[in-house]
Amino acid sequence: MRELALHLLDIAHNSVSAGARNITITIIEDSQVDRLSMTVEDDGAGMDALTVQRVTDPFVTTRTTRNVGLGIPLLKAAAEACNGDLTIQSKPGVGTRLDVVFQRSHIDRMPLGNLAETILTLVVGCPEVHWVFRYQVDGETFEFDDLPIKEELKDIPLTEPAVLAYLRETLENGVARVQQACQS
Amino acid sequence: MDKVKSLEDLKRLRAEALEKRRVKTASGEVQIVVGMGTVGIAAGARETLKAILDYIEKENLSGIVVRQTGNIGLDSYEPIVQVIIGDQPKVTYGRVHPDAARRIMKEHVVGGQIVKDYVIES
Repeated sequence: MRELALHLLDIAHNSVSAGARNITITIIEDSQVDRLSMTVEDDGAGMDALTVQRVTDPFVTTRTTRNVGLGIPLLKAAAEACNGDLTIQSKPGVGTRLDVVFQRSHIDRMPLGNLAETILTLVVGCPEVHWVFRYQVDGETFEFDDLPIKEELKDIPLTEPAVLAYLRETLENGVARVQQACQS
Repeated sequence: MDKVKSLEDLKRLRAEALEKRRVKTASGEVQIVVGMGTVGIAAGARETLKAILDYIEKENLSGIVVRQTGNIGLDSYEPIVQVIIGDQPKVTYGRVHPDAARRIMKEHVVGGQIVKDYVIES
């Protein structure tokens, strides 16, 4: 995968597959400490210690543990190659938190990619999940919570064209605003 | 309706959408499912899904439900898109990149003609 945003989509899907009702995605770029971190927290099924070990190590993984493939090991390797790491904290019946950290300026760090598109496809494609998305670059923050929107819409699907346009623009503008504030 | 800019606007939109639903024809609901496992994502499934959403937005198509699912189990055919219209049998398409997705939207979802070039025989 060529973008961190695609890895993020992949990780978030693990949370969906684990039956999470609430998923919070946090991305923080900090140029002071030269860090880029992505966190995905869910209230899904959770994993025991052995399973956590399995999902991070491709050579221990067996294909019988479903929803677990090469996605996490590849992201872990990418982070480690950029002076970062990937950690998972999980508790069966409670949920899972995955943290991945990169040296932001590292030459091998994958570009963040299209964050707005990743969040839009998650929110629209998995509407039964309550999504919270936080993106922070240095001092600037964009926060998106889909609950107020869904409460307003009730049974109207998010794929209603005018709703799609609203979601797309909210996400695109929010991400762009945070990124521009940092560049200026 | 006018562009939605706030939650207040969404309230208005809901009323309009309910009205539209009442006059909808009997062709039935359209469901589109995109495979979003690791392999699908790596093969470009996000871009495919985005192309579908953009088409719905641009052509102002109501009553279409778009879903993501995990691995469909046909890795070499990713990205995979399934189209279900009303009571008709499910059609599975393979190697659906954005251009193919737009064609499927136009010819199958809107026009009712299955796009044979991308159908996976099962």
